[in-house]
Amino acid sequence: MIVLDVLTGLLLCAAAFFFVSGTVGLLRLPDIYSRLHALTKADNVGLGLTVVALMLQAESWSEVFKLVLIYAMVLSASATVCYLIGNEAHRRGQRPRRSGAN
Amino acid sequence: MLYLFDLVLLVVIVLLAWRSLNDADLFRGTVSFIALGLLIAVAWVRLRAPDVALAEAAVGSGLTGALILSALVRMRRRGRDAPRPNHAGGAIPRRLIGVLLLALFLCLCGAMLRLAQWPEGLTETALAELPASGVSNPVTAVLLNYRSYDTLLEVAVLLLAIVGVWSLRRAEWPGDVRESYPLLMPLLRIVLPTLVLAAAYVLWIGTSKPGGAFQGGALAGGAFVLMLLGGFGRRALRHRYRMRVALSCGLLVFIAASVGTMLLTGEILRYPAGFAGHWILAIEAAALISIACTLGLLYLGGRPEEAGDGTPVNRSVNGSKNGSMGR
Repeated sequence: MIVLDVLTGLLLCAAAFFFVSGTVGLLRLPDIYSRLHALTKADNVGLGLTVVALMLQAESWSEVFKLVLIYAMVLSASATVCYLIGNEAHRRGQRPRRSGAN
Repeated sequence: MLYLFDLVLLVVIVLLAWRSLNDADLFRGTVSFIALGLLIAVAWVRLRAPDVALAEAAVGSGLTGALILSALVRMRRRGRDAPRPNHAGGAIPRRLIGVLLLALFLCLCGAMLRLAQWPEGLTETALAELPASGVSNPVTAVLLNYRSYDTLLEVAVLLLAIVGVWSLRRAEWPGDVRESYPLLMPLLRIVLPTLVLAAAYVLWIGTSKPGGAFQGGALAGGAFVLMLLGGFGRRALRHRYRMRVALSCGLLVFIAASVGTMLLTGEILRYPAGFAGHWILAIEAAALISIACTLGLLYLGGRPEEAGDGTPVNRSVNGSKNGSMGR
């Protein structure tokens, strides 16, 4: 059991790292497209690690299954929302920032 | 460690509340408000009230957020970005309100401090009667057995709310965004059935664990809003009676149950012994449908008209605007 606990702790720390990098990306990156990229990619990995960590602590298989379901829902929603926001920004004429430009 | 977590949570809640009221950019204020709702839900979890947390996350954050966002979009479409309310009215009433609120806050603090000396209240009595209430979740027992009369009136209030909205104006339909956003449909295809299933599950589980008609209804209401955004079911919504039946069935079943229990046991909403669980589930199922339809139709902001009116003029313009702000 102690192995599982340690593993859970490690996974949660890794998850925290990805969440923090996603947030740093949101705050620091120059345009909406790269911000979206940072947020959705990094946060999905972070959430995935959190879900795996919680699975190790689950008491029954049905709990594990529910966690998988939650993760699948979040993944499909965040991928679609990322596309919707990016598409709308493009439609409104936001240009991606090129390197060298200000 | 958890103490530290609670402290951070409280500070962030107060900060977000401040931001959502005072941000010069209304859109940013709305986003703060949605985040605030989610954090309040976390706070309810920390207070060991998962039922309230579910309702807060679904209604307080999700549906109210969607309502405010759509109001914002409509305001901008008409070209009047609201004047900041802070500049309206003189400075003195604001100070007066501040002083009054501070006094109220201090009174509440005093009341809270005094509460601690008092005994447990009705908790023990309520828990002792739980086996006879027909359900094993104490919250559902209070809502639909001990104090079911209150819940009857709450369901009536919801119906009154939608009647009020319908009598004020016609619905503004969100434009059809299916063609401009091809990825929306696949998402809705996954999410809508899942949400309906989850709503039924939350209703069912509410008899023994956190959940119930209001939480399930909020989930289904969210599904309703997504359905409206995806442009489904317009004909069904414009149907003369269908929506009215769905909106009022919760209250009607509740009233029928009141009359039935009065005939059977001689007292309003005193369920026949041994069958309380069945009565509760029947009432809750009807209430869920009404709650879901009410919350979903509030999003339209008016009555869905029948006679050749609701078709949005300028589809593409409406569509692109709604698509971005609606989420």
